[in-house]
Amino acid sequence: MSEAVVEDVLTGDHDDHAGHGEGHHDMTPVRKAAMWVFLGSECMFFGALISTFLLYRNATADGPGPAEVFDIPFTSASSFILLMSSLTMVLAHHANHNRDMRQARVWLLATAGLGATFLAGQIFEFTEFVQNGLSLSTSPFGSSFFLLTGFHGMHVAIGVLMLLAMYVMSLNGRLNDEEGMNVELVGLYWHFVDIVWIVIFTVVYLLQV
Amino acid sequence: MAVATTEVQLTSTGPSGLWSWLTTVDHKRIGLLYGISALVFFIVGGLEAFFVRLQLSGANGTVLSADAYNQLFTMHGLTMVFLVVMPLGAAFTNYLLPIMIGARDVAFPRLNAFSYWVFFFGGVLLYTSFVVGGGPDGGWFGYAPLSIEITEVVRMDYWALGLQFLGVGSIAASANFIATILTMRAPGMTLMRMPVFIWMALVTAFLLIFSLPIIGVGLFQVFFDRNFGTLFYVSYAQGDPLLWQHLFWLFGHPEVYILILPAMGIVSEVLPTFSRKPLFGYSFVVFAGIAIGFQGFGVWSHHMFTSGMGPIAEAGFATSTMLIAVPTGIKIFNWIGTTWDGVLRFKTPMLFSLGFIAMFVIGGLSGVTHAIVPADTQQHDSYYVVAHFHYVLFGGALFGFVAGVYYWFPKFTGRMMSETLGKWHFWLMLAGFNLTFAPMHILGLNGMPRRTYRYPEGLGWEFWNGIATLGSAVIAISGLVFIWNLIKSRKHGEIAGPDPWDGRTLEWTISSPPPVHNFDEVPIVQHRDDFWHQKYTEDDDGYLVELEPVSGGTAVLTGPEDHGDERKEIHMPSPSYYPILSALGLAISSIGLIYQPVGFIITAVGMMVALWGLFGWAIEPSQREPYYV
Repeated sequence: MSEAVVEDVLTGDHDDHAGHGEGHHDMTPVRKAAMWVFLGSECMFFGALISTFLLYRNATADGPGPAEVFDIPFTSASSFILLMSSLTMVLAHHANHNRDMRQARVWLLATAGLGATFLAGQIFEFTEFVQNGLSLSTSPFGSSFFLLTGFHGMHVAIGVLMLLAMYVMSLNGRLNDEEGMNVELVGLYWHFVDIVWIVIFTVVYLLQV
Repeated sequence: MAVATTEVQLTSTGPSGLWSWLTTVDHKRIGLLYGISALVFFIVGGLEAFFVRLQLSGANGTVLSADAYNQLFTMHGLTMVFLVVMPLGAAFTNYLLPIMIGARDVAFPRLNAFSYWVFFFGGVLLYTSFVVGGGPDGGWFGYAPLSIEITEVVRMDYWALGLQFLGVGSIAASANFIATILTMRAPGMTLMRMPVFIWMALVTAFLLIFSLPIIGVGLFQVFFDRNFGTLFYVSYAQGDPLLWQHLFWLFGHPEVYILILPAMGIVSEVLPTFSRKPLFGYSFVVFAGIAIGFQGFGVWSHHMFTSGMGPIAEAGFATSTMLIAVPTGIKIFNWIGTTWDGVLRFKTPMLFSLGFIAMFVIGGLSGVTHAIVPADTQQHDSYYVVAHFHYVLFGGALFGFVAGVYYWFPKFTGRMMSETLGKWHFWLMLAGFNLTFAPMHILGLNGMPRRTYRYPEGLGWEFWNGIATLGSAVIAISGLVFIWNLIKSRKHGEIAGPDPWDGRTLEWTISSPPPVHNFDEVPIVQHRDDFWHQKYTEDDDGYLVELEPVSGGTAVLTGPEDHGDERKEIHMPSPSYYPILSALGLAISSIGLIYQPVGFIITAVGMMVALWGLFGWAIEPSQREPYYV
C-alpha cells in the first residue's frame, strides 16, 4: 500500500487529499486500496487452484504425465516474454507519470503485445498437449493443469483488454480522469498476474519434470 | 407530535418509483434492497423449514416424498445462509457504514449497486432451478461425489452457478467496504474511535475476500465435472472427493464468522445504548473480533473429523477449535460487563440483544463439545449438530439482526416500531426457538440422523419431534407478528425524530430518515461514541451531566430548503442502470453454460449484454448532474 493510504489508515486524516472542493475525495488511494484487496482475494483463488494441481500432479490415470507433455524450453521462452511485459508496464507507468503520452502509448501497446504473444504461445501449447493425448478429461492431472493455466490465461486476456482500453482512452485524452481504471491500477493487476505466472511456471512446470 | 404535521417532518430520501430503485446507487437504498430481499427469502426459507418439520413431526411422515424433502432441506440451508443472514449483514453494513464513519456514500457507489444486483440474480438463479427440473437437492454443502453424480437434472448446476454468483457479489461488496473504511472516514475518526459494528464489518469483509475465492474454485471444479468432463471428484479416475470437503470448509468455517460477526457488531451497539454505559473493554471486543477472523481460517477440518484425516490432523484441529472459543468468550464477558450496573432499558432491541447473548452461549457451549474428537464422532451428522448451529445462527445471528432492525428502523423510516408487538415478537420467538431446537439436542444424542426424510416407529423420537414441530409453528406466528409490526409501523408508527434512543454514534446526529447526502457538513470526530460526548459529560464523581445542546450543531437539524441562497455543491453520484445491466448479462450468460452446446448462444448474448453494461459503466461519468446541499 502506498504511504498515503497507510497514513490515512493510521490517522483518519484526509484533509490533505481534499483538493476538489467540499466532500470530493481524491480517489487515488481509495481505488488503490480496493485493488490491493481484490488482489488479496485473487491470491486465494490461485492458491486453491495450485493446491488442487499439487494434489493431482501424479494422478495421471492412463494419460501422459508432466514429463511426457511439457516442453520446458518453449514455456521458458513464453514465460520470459510475459516477464518482460512487466518491464514495459513499468515504463508505461513512468511515462504516464511524467505526462509523456507518446511514450506511454508505445509502452502500453508493447505490454499488450507481449501479453498477447504469451497468450498465443499458451494456445499453441494447449493444442500440442491435446494432440499428445492430454485434455481436460484425460486425468485429474489434466483437469487441474488446464483449469489452473486456463484461468491464468483468462486473467492475462482481461489484462490485455484493459491495456488496450487504456490506449484508447489515452487517444481521447481521458487517461488520467479521476474515475475508473488508470495506468497505475492496471499496472498493479498486470504485475500480479505476472508474479502468479512465476509461481505456476516453477511449481507446475519446472518442479514436475 | 401532531399527526397533521407528520408528512412534513420526514426528510426527503430522493425520487420515488420503480426505476429510481433499479438504478439507485445510494448506499441507503441498496441497504434497504438487501434487507427487503432478505425478508422475502426469510419467509420462503421459513416455509421450507416448516414443511420439513411437518414431515418429521411423527414417525413415517407422509407430507413429503424423499425427493421433495431433499430439495427442501437443501434450499432451506442455502436460503437461510446465503439469501437471509449474509444479505442482512450486507443490508446493515450498506446502510450504516458510511453514516457511522461520517461519509456521504461508499467508495464505489455503482460497484455497490452491481454487488446487490449480482446477489439478487444469484438468488433468482438458485430458485429458477425449481421451475426447470427441481431445486438443488445435494445439501447446501454439495458434497462430492454426490453433487457431481446427480446429472440427469440440472439442479446442482443451478446450485453451483447461484453460489458462484453470490460469491462474486460479496467479493465486490467487500472490496468496496474495506476501501471505504480504510480511506473515507471523517476527520478524527481514527480506527480505534470507530463503532464496533464497523470493526466487525471490516473483519467480515476480509473474511469474505479471503474465503469466497476458495469455494469459487471448488464450485468451478464441480461445475466442470458435471458439464465439461473434468475428473476432479471422480474417484475411479484417481479424483479425490475429500478435496471438495477441504475447499468447502476452508470457506465454510470462515463463513460461520461471516454470519455471526455483523450480528455481534450490532449487539455491541445496542447494549451500550440501552445500558447508558460505554461498551466495556472496547479494544478487547475489537481485538477479539480480529482474532476470530484469523483463527477462523484455522479450524475448518473440525467439520471433517469422521473423514479419516488421521490423529495428528484431528488433534491439531481439535486444539484450534477449542482456542477459538477464547476470543468468543472474551466478547461475551465484555457484553455482560457492559450491562453490569448499567441503567438498563428493556426496549425490544435490548431484549433481542440479551436473547442473543443467552442463546449464543448455549450454541457456543455445544460447539465446544464438537471440538472433542471422540464426542464429535458420535454427534456427527446427528440432530445434535442441527441443534448446535441453529443456536448460533438463529439464536445468535438472527436474534442480533432482529435487534438491529428494531434499533435502526426509526433511522431507516423516521418512525418507531411498536413496542407492544415487539415484545410479543420477542417472547414468541424465544419460546418457539427453544421449543424447536432444544429437543434436537436430545434427539441427536439419541442417534437421530440428519437429512433423513422419515424415521420408523419405536425409536422413541416421536415425542421430541412433535414438540419441535410445535415450536416451529410458534416461530412462524412470531414471524407474522414481526411482519405485521414492520408494515404497521412503516405507515403509522410514532414519529421518531433524529435520536429516539439517546444514541451514541454518528447516525443519530442526522435526521430520520437521513437525506440522500447523509451529512450537510462532514462531521469532525473527537471521541469514541462522539455523539454521546456532545450530549453528556461527567462530574467529578463520575455521574452523567447533560450538556446544553450546541446551537447550530449537528444535533439541530435543518432540511436542504433552509439554506436559501447559500446552497453548496457537493460530489454525489448520479443513478445508473449499467450496474443492473451488467449483472443481468452475467446471469444470462451463466444460464447458457448449463445448456451446452446450444446454450453457448445464450452465453454469447449474455456476454454482449454484460460488456455493454461494463463499457457503459466505464465511460459514463459517475456524477452527471450537480448536487446541492
